Amino acid sequence: MIPEIGHFLLWLAAAAALVQAAGLAGRGIEVLAVPAACAQLLFALAAFAALTWAFLVSDFSLQLVTLNSHTLKPTLYKFTGVWANHEGSLLLWVLVMALAGAAVAMAPAPLGPRFRARALAVMGLVSLGFFAFLLLASNPFARMLPAPTEGQGLNPLLQDPGLAFHPPLLYIGYVGLSVAFAFAVAAMLEGVVGPRWALAVRPWVLLAWGFLTLGIALGSFWAYYELGWGGWWFWDPVENAALMPWIAATALFHSVAVLARRDALRNWTLLLAVLAFSLSMLGTFIVRSGLLTSVHAFAVDPARGLFLMLLLALYVGGALAVYAWKAGSVPEGQGFEAFSREGALVANNLLLSCMLGVVFIGTLYPMALEGMTGQQISVGPPYFNATVVPLLLVMVVLMAIGPWLSWKRSGTAHLPARLLPAGVAAAAATVAALALFDVRSTIALLGFAAAFWLGVASVQILLQQRLTYAAVGMALAHFGVAVSILGATASGALQREALVAMRVGDAVQMGAWQAELLDVSPVAGPNWTALQAELRISRQGAEVATLKPQSRTFTRPAMETTEAGIAALWQGDVYAVLGRPDGFGKWQIHLWFKPLVRLIWAGAFLMALGGAVALAGRARVRLPRRRSGWQGAFAPQAAE
Amino acid sequence: MNRRALLLLPLLLFLGLAGLLLVNLGRPQQAAVHSRMVGKPVPEFALPGLDAEAGLSSKDLATGKPVLLNIFASWCLPCQVEAPHLEALAARGATLHGIAVRDAPEETRAFLQRHGNPFARIGLDRGGQLMLAFGSSGVPETFVIDGRGIIRYQHLGDIKAADVAVLLRELERAQ
Repeated sequence: MIPEIGHFLLWLAAAAALVQAAGLAGRGIEVLAVPAACAQLLFALAAFAALTWAFLVSDFSLQLVTLNSHTLKPTLYKFTGVWANHEGSLLLWVLVMALAGAAVAMAPAPLGPRFRARALAVMGLVSLGFFAFLLLASNPFARMLPAPTEGQGLNPLLQDPGLAFHPPLLYIGYVGLSVAFAFAVAAMLEGVVGPRWALAVRPWVLLAWGFLTLGIALGSFWAYYELGWGGWWFWDPVENAALMPWIAATALFHSVAVLARRDALRNWTLLLAVLAFSLSMLGTFIVRSGLLTSVHAFAVDPARGLFLMLLLALYVGGALAVYAWKAGSVPEGQGFEAFSREGALVANNLLLSCMLGVVFIGTLYPMALEGMTGQQISVGPPYFNATVVPLLLVMVVLMAIGPWLSWKRSGTAHLPARLLPAGVAAAAATVAALALFDVRSTIALLGFAAAFWLGVASVQILLQQRLTYAAVGMALAHFGVAVSILGATASGALQREALVAMRVGDAVQMGAWQAELLDVSPVAGPNWTALQAELRISRQGAEVATLKPQSRTFTRPAMETTEAGIAALWQGDVYAVLGRPDGFGKWQIHLWFKPLVRLIWAGAFLMALGGAVALAGRARVRLPRRRSGWQGAFAPQAAE
Repeated sequence: MNRRALLLLPLLLFLGLAGLLLVNLGRPQQAAVHSRMVGKPVPEFALPGLDAEAGLSSKDLATGKPVLLNIFASWCLPCQVEAPHLEALAARGATLHGIAVRDAPEETRAFLQRHGNPFARIGLDRGGQLMLAFGSSGVPETFVIDGRGIIRYQHLGDIKAADVAVLLRELERAQ
């Protein structure tokens, strides 16, 4: 009964979305947008609760539960199993969409109720398509009669606490960008692009960006400890699919800052707002349509792919058509000087766009080539590292300088003194890496220099008097970027790795570290059995940790996974993976020492925190004074 | 280009992309990655050997006689599993050369002592670069190289008993 109610609620939610969307066509019906958005949220929430209930009580008369759950599965994974599949994750997607719609409906409307109704209508139209996809092609409440007595279980790779939070965070980020998308389309239809629009859209972009940052970081951390490959970013198409909207959103809130402050970059900001959410949808499409094989590709079904493709064409194509038609009538905004805050932000946007371009090409080119010539190629880390890293380095140089420039036109006389500490720190870091750690790779040395350059410059801003929330948020986020770069550089350049076949009792030396294989024994979990190795790790003779990497065999579905043994020490992680036995008493063991690797995710957390601080300032001072600017507190205003 | 046309550009690019995705939709995925080097000459290389032994260079692969090139490592357990089949291939007249990937020389020597050494020459590829140059994505892999130094066939993974005949036939065909 409850699943039928859930199914019915889903139709009601779709109807609410339809009412919301009708605001695009009709006059008068606009007043319904706000109540419709709230109703949509209530219905979607109740439908989601119904599906969750079915998973928690293991109602195997639901096809979805049978295919993805099992009575022996731990309760947490019964719960996360709701969205660890195609239909359920789409339900989560529409739920978050409804949440975003209700949030827009309840939040103050600085651009007036008419604009809000327009934006809600666009959001309703997008929701409607996804509801149609759910109800017509991916019904999560489909029954299966007679009901089997037991389910088939969940992909073991997905049975992990990280999965509880990775998809919801990522979805809030993805779908949160739909607000910027809707605001952009509404702004083009209404012709209200300008600083007020930018201030209205900014908190939504920041919010979505913060969640996207956390979601991506969590996904990267999950891949690091669960896949057992020892890496944290693989430039896998699925990762790139999440990275592309993130880059677009990063560019977007920087260009929104320029629009809010100087009324420049109008059309560019609109395009970015459309692109950011379009890339979110494209990402969802390419991982869902079977175009790519991955742990995320739940629906390897061309019919569903075609449906998603049509939605994508409708929304992205529609928004870009509105852009082509209306953006021409948006009056040109202000111009700007090269040496100014907005000049630096434009450079930031250009670099981010280049980065977006190379990731986009690297991700889709293999598919394009195969589609046209049938030739298979693989574009991997060498391409991305060679293209993205130099762009990032240039950007880091500017990220330290930009905040010291004032708006409109800036003098440059104060820069050398301001940048001296960062320059000294960068030089010291390079020398230290060369002399103390014997780093010889140019790119690694540049990485250390960049991390300290940006880190010190950002801390310097935080030490200034009379900072606004926005300035603290910016400096924190930039500091986070520096921390992540330090983690990525150190864990790459100073990494030690050993791949050995060991007998119990054997020891292996890896730099200053020694690992001794004490034992390999079977252990059992709730729905798996495993072989567990016990490795004693010592550093220069002193024992520091015992690692217990496992090779797990899950019963339902039958699948082997590796559970890496990881010891998080202050210097970094010691990481061990247990491989196969040779049948004669030897075990394949892959060992890494990854210095400072956790800084990568700590940095991402700082970035999101920076976003939250900037957002808090926005909530506190709803409409900031026109000329409030933290740089006024200390940067010389020579040129103004 | 005037401003209007510029604004139309994103839409046109997107339509191109949509067409591309449509073409690819439903195309099956291939899991195994075969080397693109098959049919092409081997890359130029000269690897050092174990101790005083001569190493392996691209010249050794173009002596007029087809050879098998096996990529292995002491830490690779499937390489141990396929060792008897490599010996069988050598016993049936095939010339085998080996490339030890990302391995310490003393480990390689111990491996060969324990599992037999069917190789005429062995090169040490300590960084694994040559393995990539051959378009090989893992160990073990075995290539058939004809007398002119052109890669004719690639065997992915360990050689099983049934593969011995296949590889001998490929050697024959490469004559």
